[in-house]
Amino acid sequence: MKLGIVVYEGPYQHEASDTAYNFAVAALQKGHEIFRVFFYHDGVNNGTRLTTPPQDDRHIQQRWSELAEKHGLDLVVCVAAAQRRGIVDEDEKNRHGKDADNIAPGFRISGLGQLIEAGIQCDRLVTFGD
Amino acid sequence: MALLHTVNKSPYQCTSLQSCLQHVRAGDTLLLIEDGVYAVLKGGKAAEALSAANGVKVAALSADLKARGIGAEKMIDGIEVVDYGGFVDLVEQTDKTQAWL
Repeated sequence: MKLGIVVYEGPYQHEASDTAYNFAVAALQKGHEIFRVFFYHDGVNNGTRLTTPPQDDRHIQQRWSELAEKHGLDLVVCVAAAQRRGIVDEDEKNRHGKDADNIAPGFRISGLGQLIEAGIQCDRLVTFGD
Repeated sequence: MALLHTVNKSPYQCTSLQSCLQHVRAGDTLLLIEDGVYAVLKGGKAAEALSAANGVKVAALSADLKARGIGAEKMIDGIEVVDYGGFVDLVEQTDKTQAWL
């Protein structure tokens, strides 16, 4: 089964990002393909590399990056939601004259078309959020 | 067409379960996750409405039940307990997934 996952909630808010991650891990273990994970609204906050949670807590952002690296996942952050919340990659940094970028490894910034495409290409689209 | 409905909010917190139950059809599956699992409590606010959902399979996520101290003895009858792998299976077994956020 080809899966699309949508995350509408930031890390450490309620549980949506955790549930989405655990769901993704279970799906990969069962041999399913994850076509894309799309982060929308506050969900874009999962894509900053600057978070530093306490050492004895789970590192939600890093977990996504590691999963992406291990399984070649496509983690996409919505550009408009990212601009509002200060999630910036190199291109966005230059385009808006910012002094730094903060996108986490494995994430990329793109548009809503990527969500629509996931809806068309995937067998199932599963949504997690607040 | 069979749908998988996911509800992640407590019935004590908001009306998403109520809205969902007004739309589920026989053959659908309702999966309670996160704070949504509070709906399975015996004698609880949602117990009657959940039990009355005829022809609808009701499941709850084991990790979220455990995190909230909800053991089998506290649950109404007829709830299927699934792990994350079971969640994935439910997604596969149904035609579409609808999250009641």
